[in-house]
Amino acid sequence: MKKFLTTSLSVLALGAVSTAASAEGSLTAVSWGGAYTKSQVKAYHEPFTAKTGIKINSVDYSGGIAEVKAQVEAGNVSWDIVDVELSDAVRGCDEGIFEKIDASTLPAGADGKPAQEDFLPGTLHECAVANIVWSTIYAYDDTKIGDKKPTTMADFFDTKTWEGKRGLRKGPKPNLEFALIADGVAAADVYEELAKPESIDRAFAKLDTIKASAVWWEAGAQPPQLLADGEVLMTTAYNGRIFNAVAAENKPFVIVWDGQVWDIDLWAIPKGAPNMDKAMEFLKFSTETQQLANQAKYIAYGPARMSSAPLVGKYEDGKIDMGPQMPTAAANLANAVQNDFEWWADNQDALNERFNAWLAQ
Amino acid sequence: MTDVAAPGAPENITTSDGVPLKVSLARATRRQRMQALLLVLPLLLFLLVAFVLPIGEMLFRSIYSPIGPDVLPNFSKVIQEWDGEDLPPESTFEVFVKDMTAARESNEIGKTVGNLATRVNYEIPGSRGLFTKSARKVKNITEGPYKEALIGLDKRWEDQHIWRTLQRISSNYTMSFYLAATDRKYDENNDIVMADPLYQIYLPIMGKTLWLSALITFICLLVAYPVSYLLATLPLRTSNLLMIMVLLPFWTSLLVRTTAWIAMLQTEGIVNNILVFTRVISEESRIQMIYNQTGTIVAMVHILLPFMILPLYSVMKTIPPYYMRAARSLGATGTYSFVKVYFPQTIPGIAAGTLLVFILAIGYYITPALVGGSDGLLISNLIADHIKKTLNWSLGSALGAILLAIVLIFYWIYNKLVGVDNLKFG
Repeated sequence: MKKFLTTSLSVLALGAVSTAASAEGSLTAVSWGGAYTKSQVKAYHEPFTAKTGIKINSVDYSGGIAEVKAQVEAGNVSWDIVDVELSDAVRGCDEGIFEKIDASTLPAGADGKPAQEDFLPGTLHECAVANIVWSTIYAYDDTKIGDKKPTTMADFFDTKTWEGKRGLRKGPKPNLEFALIADGVAAADVYEELAKPESIDRAFAKLDTIKASAVWWEAGAQPPQLLADGEVLMTTAYNGRIFNAVAAENKPFVIVWDGQVWDIDLWAIPKGAPNMDKAMEFLKFSTETQQLANQAKYIAYGPARMSSAPLVGKYEDGKIDMGPQMPTAAANLANAVQNDFEWWADNQDALNERFNAWLAQ
Repeated sequence: MTDVAAPGAPENITTSDGVPLKVSLARATRRQRMQALLLVLPLLLFLLVAFVLPIGEMLFRSIYSPIGPDVLPNFSKVIQEWDGEDLPPESTFEVFVKDMTAARESNEIGKTVGNLATRVNYEIPGSRGLFTKSARKVKNITEGPYKEALIGLDKRWEDQHIWRTLQRISSNYTMSFYLAATDRKYDENNDIVMADPLYQIYLPIMGKTLWLSALITFICLLVAYPVSYLLATLPLRTSNLLMIMVLLPFWTSLLVRTTAWIAMLQTEGIVNNILVFTRVISEESRIQMIYNQTGTIVAMVHILLPFMILPLYSVMKTIPPYYMRAARSLGATGTYSFVKVYFPQTIPGIAAGTLLVFILAIGYYITPALVGGSDGLLISNLIADHIKKTLNWSLGSALGAILLAIVLIFYWIYNKLVGVDNLKFG
């Protein structure tokens, strides 16, 4: 018995030692997978390894802070740096599972402006540093839509003119925003409007009008697939995914920017990360002006630094000009709003329940 | 043993070395029992670590929520004395402000203002910001009157509901998660009420899960019965082939089978294409067969079918064919002899199959998540949501505990009706 215990314990210990050993001289960076992770590998990881010799293991996850929380609470953190959404960064910081990051230690922009002034407003957080601006938009297949093309958010909800299925993210965010914008609220005023309880009813009433036509997606890779399969006529999606389907796979998809809800992704470091210093070094390196601009070469997400914008060039094939593809391009921001993480942090739990109840009806 | 106690034998038989035989025998069997125990010890340890402990932890988590006392240790003691009328006294406000200031500095997991805000937000949706925002400014309140100063930060601190909720969560144990899991909540007066119908989700989904599981079990039984009969009665060569056809999908990955159904049933999928091609339906009226309840039922029946066929088959295999022949030769009709002779002998198989399929179906997760769309979701999907997305592990645990209780109740009813001893898995 004793022998059994000691053997099993030593096996466990061996396992722990070997994971620790493999982490030496390397770094585990966690992100969303697919085209997005690929863009980070090209723009951040490879140059970083070339410069410092530190290898980077790329791990995919599907968002949320559940896994980070579980690791930190168990005191067994294996991730060094994680790409998170703003709402998760804020919540993780509030709950003490991310390290605090002093923004003044970040490198200045290429034009010499200090980091605090160079990053777009609201993209630096107590515990996280933004790398990209992304957006939820809607898109359609140009070959199937007919002669009349949709141009506004209201058109997405117009199933009379454009008869067919609609792909929507399975969750209240950002469907409620879209519904209100389609119902005539200016994008900029959406959260002011949502603060009134009757607006939630209004948004759900608007969603009711397309519920029968709705196909619900969960992962970012699904909407382009739904469009390509002809499962839906239009779908909401993350703009980078649609762009990649167009640029890399020659799909005839068109993005409608009206009513886009944009958000940011940030690097955060879990408390107790095994390679804290290297993670910090990587974070600083990858959010430098040039690296952020380079990432835009591979995916249509906008750099979080203002000094990166002029450096954004063409897509990796050297043909498509990336500037107009960014959520932050002036033309695309005409009727747009930034996701209000505080409003969502307050209301997420209740609205999830209401949304699920509404779905199951 | 009976030999030992044979009549006429002397009372105390001893072995050659003088030890009573009984003792010696007991010693020998004890050693065997110990060896047997040692053999199953890894299994027992595994069960303890992988099964008993996690379930215990889950049950515990559903009622244990120490965030109130952890974040606001002193306040949680003094608020207990408040009678719930008006607002708490000035002294309580002072303790609250000091605890909040200290909590704001805290960086320890489970003891931050963020944890408290999340906890209160479960009880009063929309109150999260009140805590996180006030916490940033609360350190500026260094002297009394604390009550006015706090209300000066945010008018909502005047709300009795907030303080009654804080009083309620100042204990380590709570029933709130079980209330939430059954669509109930505490109102402003601390009375338990049903949630707004628009926000009721768990009871309806729980009901739907039971109903869908029963339906899936029934369909499985209908489909599996004739197949198992063929398997058990056909000549070996044919039945072997049939068996492989049953087992092949069983050995195929669950994900592959579920995705295969997506390819089959989607609106641009194989089934719809064939129907359109053969002009049964028109191009415009393609049928929605997946991403809804139908999709969940079809895919789950397919995936759970082997769990019905295998126990049925193993039971049918043991029924001698001459029973039926005897019934027929005595003048019973085909139907009569089936109902009276064959069917009753298959009941242990039916019992095992239905119990197995029903219990598996109740907890099924991945298939409804992939093909369930909006109305084919089951309770396990909601549990997964709470564990993975909303991070409300306590609510997830409460739902899990309720699900466990339901399964145990069904098992008990089943035991009463069929008798567990009658189950046959083969």
